[in-house]
Amino acid sequence: MKYVATFLVLFVIYILLAGFVIDELILGALIAMILTLIIARYVDYKIDVKLPYRLAVFGFVYIPVFIWQLILSNIDVAKRVLSIQIPLNPGFVKIKTELKGDFAKLILANSITLTPGTLSVDIKGDTLYIHTVDVKGNTAEENKKHISATFEKILGVVFK
Amino acid sequence: MEIISYIFLIIGGLFYLLGGLGILRMPDVFNRIQAGTKATTLGAFSVLIGVMIAHPEWWLKLLLIIIFIVLANPIGSSVLAKAAYLSFDKPKNLVIDQLQDIFGGEDND
Repeated sequence: MKYVATFLVLFVIYILLAGFVIDELILGALIAMILTLIIARYVDYKIDVKLPYRLAVFGFVYIPVFIWQLILSNIDVAKRVLSIQIPLNPGFVKIKTELKGDFAKLILANSITLTPGTLSVDIKGDTLYIHTVDVKGNTAEENKKHISATFEKILGVVFK
Repeated sequence: MEIISYIFLIIGGLFYLLGGLGILRMPDVFNRIQAGTKATTLGAFSVLIGVMIAHPEWWLKLLLIIIFIVLANPIGSSVLAKAAYLSFDKPKNLVIDQLQDIFGGEDND
C-alpha cells in the first residue's frame, strides 16, 4: 500500500513536469519505480478511513490560515524595514510541541518560519528552538501561546 | 486578465524589493534571514500566480513549483540560521537565549 501510494505520487509529479507523451509515461514509470524502492522505507503516513477528512482539514483550514499568516508576516517585515528606527526585541526561545512524527514537525517548523517575526532554528525531540524578532514571554508555555498554538491545533487534527 | 496578471507580478517584485531592503537594513544575521525568507516566499508566490493567470495552461507545473518553494525555503533558512549560530559570535542585542541549552554556549568549531 505504501509502495503504491509513493509510486503514484512520484509518477504524477513526473508527468506534470514532463508532459503527457507516451515516451515520458514509460520513462516516468521506470524512474518512479526505482525511486519508490529507494525512498518508500522513509515514508510514514497512515492511510485509513479518516484520510479524506484530514485532507479536507489540511486543504480548507490549514492552507488559508497559512497564506493569511504569510501575508501578515510580509506586512510585518515591510513595516519593520520601512521604519526609520527598526523596532527589535530579538531572542531565541524554545517551545514544546505535542505533534508526533517527523513530517508533522517539519510542517509545523515551516509554518513557524513563515509566520510573523519567527524563524525556527532547530528541533531536538519535541522541543523547537525559535528565533523571534519580538520576545513576548520567558517560559515555554507563554511563548507557545504567541507562536505556535494556532498551527498546532490544526496540525493536531491533520496528523493524528 | 492580463492586467490582473501584471498586478500580481508587480506585487511579487515589490515584495522581492522589500526583502532585499530588509537584508540590507536589518542589524544582524538572524533578522536578515527572517526578512529574506518571508519576502522571497510571498514574492515567488505572487510572481508565479501572475504567470499562472497569464498562461493558464501551465498552472499544474507552476503549482508544483510553489509547493517546492514553500517546502524548501523555510528549511534552507533554518539550516542557515543554525550554521550562523554555530559559527559566528552571538548578536549583542539578544533579550533571551534559550538555544544555549543544546549548543552549550561555548564555541563549537
